[in-house]
Amino acid sequence: MDLLNISSTALYAAFVLYLIATFFFGATIRDKRTDNKKGISAKIAMTLTVLGFLAQLVYFITRWMASGHAPVSNMFEFLTFLGMALVLAFIIIYSYYKLSFLGLFALPIAMIIIAYASMFPTELAPLVPSLQSHWLYIHVTTVALGQGILGISFVVGLMYLIKQIDQTVKSKQRSWLEFVLYLLFVLIGFVVITTTFNAVNYNASFEYQSGTETLVTEYHLPAIAGPNQGTLITEDIMEPWFETPSWFQGGDAGRKFNTVIWSLIAGSVIYLITRLILRKRIGAVIQPLLKNVKADLLDEIEYRSVAIGFPVFTLGGLIFASIWAEIAWGRFWGWDPKEVWALITWFFYAAYLHLRLSRGWHGEKSAWLAVIGFGIIMFNLIVVNLVLAGLHSYA
Amino acid sequence: MKEIKCECGHVNPLGTVLCESCGKPIEGNQHIDGNDDEKLLNMRYDGTARRSKTYNKSWIDRVWSFFSSVKVGIWLIVLALVASMIGTIFPQEMYIPANAPNRDPAVFYEEQYGIPGLIYFQLGFHNLYSSWWFMVLIALIGISLVICSLDRFVPLFKALRNQKPKKHKSFLSRQRLFSETDFVTDHDMETVKKQLRKRRYKITEENGHILAEKGRFSRWGPYVNHIGLIIILLAAILRSTPLFYMNEYVWVREGDIEVLPETNGEYYIENKDFILETHDENDERFREAITQEGVVASNFQTDVIVYKANRPIPGAEPELEPIAEDSIRMNQPLEFDGYELYQSGYQLNEFSNMTFKIHETTDSDEEALASFTVDLRNPESEFELESGFRVVLDQYYPDYYLDDDGEPASETNFPRNPAFVFLVYPPNSESAEVSFLGIGRNIDATGENEYKIGIQDFEMHDVSGLTFKYDRSLPFFGIGAAIFMIGVIQGMYWQHRRLWIQRKKDGSLLMAAHTNKNWFGLKKDIEIVIENTNVNMVTDQQELEEKVE
Repeated sequence: MDLLNISSTALYAAFVLYLIATFFFGATIRDKRTDNKKGISAKIAMTLTVLGFLAQLVYFITRWMASGHAPVSNMFEFLTFLGMALVLAFIIIYSYYKLSFLGLFALPIAMIIIAYASMFPTELAPLVPSLQSHWLYIHVTTVALGQGILGISFVVGLMYLIKQIDQTVKSKQRSWLEFVLYLLFVLIGFVVITTTFNAVNYNASFEYQSGTETLVTEYHLPAIAGPNQGTLITEDIMEPWFETPSWFQGGDAGRKFNTVIWSLIAGSVIYLITRLILRKRIGAVIQPLLKNVKADLLDEIEYRSVAIGFPVFTLGGLIFASIWAEIAWGRFWGWDPKEVWALITWFFYAAYLHLRLSRGWHGEKSAWLAVIGFGIIMFNLIVVNLVLAGLHSYA
Repeated sequence: MKEIKCECGHVNPLGTVLCESCGKPIEGNQHIDGNDDEKLLNMRYDGTARRSKTYNKSWIDRVWSFFSSVKVGIWLIVLALVASMIGTIFPQEMYIPANAPNRDPAVFYEEQYGIPGLIYFQLGFHNLYSSWWFMVLIALIGISLVICSLDRFVPLFKALRNQKPKKHKSFLSRQRLFSETDFVTDHDMETVKKQLRKRRYKITEENGHILAEKGRFSRWGPYVNHIGLIIILLAAILRSTPLFYMNEYVWVREGDIEVLPETNGEYYIENKDFILETHDENDERFREAITQEGVVASNFQTDVIVYKANRPIPGAEPELEPIAEDSIRMNQPLEFDGYELYQSGYQLNEFSNMTFKIHETTDSDEEALASFTVDLRNPESEFELESGFRVVLDQYYPDYYLDDDGEPASETNFPRNPAFVFLVYPPNSESAEVSFLGIGRNIDATGENEYKIGIQDFEMHDVSGLTFKYDRSLPFFGIGAAIFMIGVIQGMYWQHRRLWIQRKKDGSLLMAAHTNKNWFGLKKDIEIVIENTNVNMVTDQQELEEKVE
């Protein structure tokens, strides 16, 4: 059997293992025992998580062997690795705090990231000259690990907010929390809609002008927003409803904008159906699950994961990044959008750590910051890569 | 300077909040750390006297107080963060895409992004990161770093050195972790101490008062990492001077030897060959991706020889002595004598020269009557040919295109798409025939030419774009970054834990504990330490309130 098959099977296995593990973590809620003595379901859940992680490691190693370079060179590979880093960070944090509930939230987030990753092209791609360096895996894996650990602070911050925000009274906090949860639905919506149209092999080609060149782009979702000044080539297929505004930057802006629209639609539909079935806000549904977790402990785990993740992120995202940039381009810092957003992330967490010096910023405010911080990381990953043009736009 | 004597006998500097020795809150100073209305003491800087909180008379005091405020520091960080974000809304000037219709920033931003683009350009945001106000912001952060650190480090260092195991009761009971036990045996005390030592606490005793401490060095982490950041900012200043940093871009044609700029003519470079390789389309691993995305480059490489110029006689042609011969690739720059050369760009297939022949217009065999070669980089204007023909190069367009008015023009000065207007004087003739010639074009303007010019042969070459630089500030950035990492790890991955135990003569015991982070770990430590003894577990006096029941 060839390596690539083993690799994708292993990734699939990891995903399934994480899924089953999540259910077992869910079962720990009903465990009446105290924090110190772990029930059997927590043990099973953790074993499954570790197995899942090992399976993903198999994916990583076999894919590396198959392609000859570290599989962190495009969107699919990087996001998959980020999911893996999040699970690793979870395992580390769990081994210290033994908080099963964390698994119930961290694993689904990791799964959403991995599912999101697999919507990008998954073929092995050869490396362009600028990426041919050992620093590719040194830099990228360290960044991903840092982001994974910071991701745990997001997960815990979110848990804190779900637990602490009063769902019985109308408030700004309640709406914003619901909005954050809604965004997770949009990601799921993206996965669902992409998978659906991929299954039926939908394809619509457009011709459009970019600067002085004429380019062709292929839509795999029906075009709601066509490319700016584009013409549909494929026949007998839905005409776009409107054109993408010209100020969208980056290559293939129209197709990406169209994907965003579809994700919003699909996410909203799934969200509304869920709401109709549950007849409650999502936050209110999850809240009772967190009844037995101490808010204090959540606050501490959130802070510690930032404290642990921040140095790792600095090392990978700024220092290793600079060293590589110096070797590849002869300048260690160039104010490329990706670099700037790494700096913004760093500024943000630096501000977070300083704010934690004052007691007034513990608890809810700090949880909001942890959520926003991960928002910045995802922004850098998704929007900066796909929308703002720059040296890092691989996908 | 007025000093404050505590009832324990220790003399504290003015502005002290908690006695350096026994920790007793000093009356009249509690507002400084906001302790007055709180049950728990603010232990952030151990209640030391900080200059910023003590003096505010002169303007120096006020400036000091301003910059030593963490709040101000955070605001500066937030401002730098927002400014950085703004800089990514539209591309910075240096990242205006090469294929943009007009790369002049005055035109580009408005043309591409409309009114917001125009405003962006007029506010100077297209060069945001080198603007004076962004520099000022970074400098202010630097000042804040220095003052914040000095303001806190010095008193904290003294206080931690002066601390005594014997603490005042009000200090102990107002710690976040605290417990009272009615009676504890000597044996229990020994167990606790043994366990503390086993967990690598350093124990100091004074008349039955115990201070167990570990990881104090982690308290210096923030100051160490701030030193690293300051070194990085200083390195950035050094880098802005030509002594530390030089960066030039040179284009070298294959076969050419060029002088390297900014070296006073000391170094020359020869481009032997430029090589562009692509990934094999038949490589089974990547076939699918290449089919979808097109051909992918696998290597950009320039084979070069670097020469050092010897000038025994000033002004004379230098003797070139080869000092390095190597291939420069992406990710593999060439280093020599403190300089570096990077593969940064290329131009394929420029024309080096073209050979033309003259034949009779009516001759279907196009037999050459005469031929001549034009050096496209340095064309001669007139050619006297042996057969008696005379050719004048009337117009030369190295990179021919028709401009907006339909007039022939040259887009660049590089011979990528050369076109010519020749005046051909047949033998013994004073009147010329005009021929327009380019690649795929051969136009006889009048239609009455007796002779025609055709391209007989040509030679081509590639051009390598190389970044030539030195950056002597790099070691300083390296040292700064290393110190930052050491500091940040020291501060984040270790914690300063302290445990105070006070046993009275009647056997009753007070226990209090403090850490700068990771309370969970400290509680775990205490649980283990008091195991199998009568000592009560500490209660956490500051749990975040549970909002929802």
